[in-house]
Amino acid sequence: MSNPLVDMQKPDVIFCIGTNMTECHPVAATGLKKAIARGAKLIVADPRRIGLAELSHLYLPLRVGSDTALLLGMAHVIAREGLIDERFVENRTTGFDDFFEHISQWTPEWAETITGVPAQDIETAAMWYGSSDAAAIYYTLGITEHICGVENVQSLCNLVLMTGNVGREGTGINPMRGQNNIQGAGDCGALPNNYPGFQSVTDPEHQAKFKAVYGKEVDLEKGITKVTALELCGDSIHAMLIDGENTLLSDPDREHCEHALRSLDHLVVIDIFLTETAELADVVLPATAWGETDGICTNTERRVQRLRAAVPPPGKAKPDWWIICEIAKRLGFNGFEYNSPEPIFNELCSLSPIYAGLDWERIENGVTDTFNNQWPVPHREHPGTPRLHEDTFVNGKGVFSKVHYRDPAETISDDFPVWLTTGRRLQSYHTRTQTGRSQGIDYLLPEESLEVNPADLDKWSLSDGEWCKMSSARGSINIKVKATNRSPQGTVFASFSFADVPVNLLTGSGYDPITHTAELKVCPVKLEPL
Amino acid sequence: MPDKLQIDGIDVDIIEGETVLEVAQRHQKDIPTLCYDPRLEPFGGCRLCIVELEGARNPVASCTTKAAPGMVIRTSTDTIETYRKTLLEMVMSENREVDVHPLRGYASRELANLCDEYKIKGTDIEGTVSGTSKTDDNPFILRDYELCISCYRCVRVCAEQEGDHAINVMNRGFQTQITTEFDGLLKDSACTFCGQCIQTCPTGALADKKALRAVDEVTDGTIDKTRTICPYCGVGCSVDVLSNNENIIGIHPAMDGPANQGALCVKGQFAYDFVQHPDRLKTPLIRANDGELHEASWEDALDLAAEGFRKVNVEHGRHGIYGIASGRAPSEAAYLMQKFIRTGFGTNYIDNCSRA
Repeated sequence: MSNPLVDMQKPDVIFCIGTNMTECHPVAATGLKKAIARGAKLIVADPRRIGLAELSHLYLPLRVGSDTALLLGMAHVIAREGLIDERFVENRTTGFDDFFEHISQWTPEWAETITGVPAQDIETAAMWYGSSDAAAIYYTLGITEHICGVENVQSLCNLVLMTGNVGREGTGINPMRGQNNIQGAGDCGALPNNYPGFQSVTDPEHQAKFKAVYGKEVDLEKGITKVTALELCGDSIHAMLIDGENTLLSDPDREHCEHALRSLDHLVVIDIFLTETAELADVVLPATAWGETDGICTNTERRVQRLRAAVPPPGKAKPDWWIICEIAKRLGFNGFEYNSPEPIFNELCSLSPIYAGLDWERIENGVTDTFNNQWPVPHREHPGTPRLHEDTFVNGKGVFSKVHYRDPAETISDDFPVWLTTGRRLQSYHTRTQTGRSQGIDYLLPEESLEVNPADLDKWSLSDGEWCKMSSARGSINIKVKATNRSPQGTVFASFSFADVPVNLLTGSGYDPITHTAELKVCPVKLEPL
Repeated sequence: MPDKLQIDGIDVDIIEGETVLEVAQRHQKDIPTLCYDPRLEPFGGCRLCIVELEGARNPVASCTTKAAPGMVIRTSTDTIETYRKTLLEMVMSENREVDVHPLRGYASRELANLCDEYKIKGTDIEGTVSGTSKTDDNPFILRDYELCISCYRCVRVCAEQEGDHAINVMNRGFQTQITTEFDGLLKDSACTFCGQCIQTCPTGALADKKALRAVDEVTDGTIDKTRTICPYCGVGCSVDVLSNNENIIGIHPAMDGPANQGALCVKGQFAYDFVQHPDRLKTPLIRANDGELHEASWEDALDLAAEGFRKVNVEHGRHGIYGIASGRAPSEAAYLMQKFIRTGFGTNYIDNCSRA
């Protein structure tokens, strides 16, 4: 997030797109509710009539996968109506003239033909966002889990750059991260393109630095993403070490994924449960869980925080860091002689410019009057950075992107006439390895169901509460039907949480070519009664 | 020069917008409250925070009185303390019990502690127990309204903090009842089971059913609290893990958590017992010749894990090995995973689970 969570109470106009925040980030959503109570206007763009849509002043029910078209239409209106922040554009951006010419063709009327959202509502959204001095954008996987995820984000950046809604309280572009340390995993350099602290692996300076520090030759090229690695399993990838991920259920196209993992010569899984993925491993190593492990994590607002052990682990379970060290030592690798997490974190801080002012002790002390511990923290005296991009962008000037709309990888057809979109629910988390084993959660959400608009039941010969067969180009599952107006006509929804309703057997139609993020939000299917 | 007022004979600064209670608390004055939750709008219902304001005919509620320059405040005169004691006795007379278990909720002992502080053991006031406890089969929230004192903190936290408006007030006087729309079950209301009502309730009328399962285990009365971060989404809410004898027995939201300021959701509040679930892996497993996973020693499992990587490295080269870091393990694990791949094999064949 460019802005801190406390800023969520501050905008005058809030634009939420592709984020089901009341279910997936409920505590963050309380900030938006306070802003609304204060008089802020909420615009929600989402194919489904989610909880946020019920709170909104303007709801834009766009067709799944049409975000870019909607955002181009909004940019067109902002430009046409003269809502450009000219000083900001002049001082902080580049490429505006080309962009201005580019968007003149993408009228709201055109956007209506793609998105299904009335042109008048696109106009209103653009006017509200463009006229406000404190307008903030929030998004989640509804933006990124598309073949055009990068273009979607670029389209949002264009709106921000046109209107200068960044670098100030109550503004910004704010992706919400989905796991308690997914931000931290990226910060730490667990990425094929970056060393710790987002230092590019193709930059000769960073290559030299890590070659010197680690005492090992480095690859001059980027590594491959997990998605590519899974595709190459059995061909060129023959061994994997997976820590704490139920790849089989969480990733798209389960059959492909299972085949990939089975074709490895050697699979080692570190986890707290024998997940569907661990069941395929050659070696399963039991890790300590949350509540049993001391360590550091980083949240969605880039705040670095302390995780503490409250109870001892069961049996012989060991911390992940210890397990990795023990494997490394057996392979004769140097630099894995740690006795606690503290020196590991301090080593990370010493190599990462964004953590340079941090160390274990500072995080142990938590937020103080002096330190907020939100990265970047470039040196010891630095308090941390709640708000990014206040005076400059890291890479100099903000670049406008001449984005074009693209259809999803697969579009509905006679064979697969219904849009399936997937996501999460309030009461369950990912593949339920945790929530499924917590007493009482079943009372609230005992099973998965397919959300279908009531008007669509007859069309597909379905009945509320009865089972149906849902098929895509990749497979079929059986799922119980739930009639609800949350789904628009022609679009159905299910979460991927329940192992007995493995929705990711169906998904996986395509990937963003740059990020390799799967198009989990769009999958044409057909529905048949059972 | 900042504006000042006088509290108990001492001149103190006022920050713009503060109430008398806030000024007093900032200067370590211990004024009792029951309907007050610093996260919520002042309510002025319980009257316990009354103070003497020079020039005012009657004591004023300090939580609803804006601080103004020149005010002269006395927080603890004999008259004020007598009022407070009588008010507490009146409150107490309406409740079935006062001395509730701390596992009921974060603030559940507020009334009990005040009664202790004012040395109130019982009362001659003959009140009727107000509120009727509600049978609700949900596994999380106990609705024990015979302990309700109508401070409306639950109603207000649901509306102001959560924005859910799931519960409200029905009737008046002794018949006052906290209820949901159409007086039904919580699951049929707008309730999201975030548990905020439990944690703000000062009497344990709304209580943590799940934590209360451990009442019999907490025989020695000790509940350890460990500050950490919630294991679920990326918001990073601060929580206190409640434990006793190496068992996790509940969760309290951290009121000073920088990301959540006391708020939690149903997962962070109630979905903690996966940690000590019988399904947890307790020993390493290795796949034997029969094709099945079998329990093994750490030595054997680690040797086998390492040997497999060594073999692939020899047979297929360093680009035959790939590492996937967790988005849920601490950063030390992710850092070492990339170090393992980068220093061990000299490749960038490393990723984390953020692409799906």
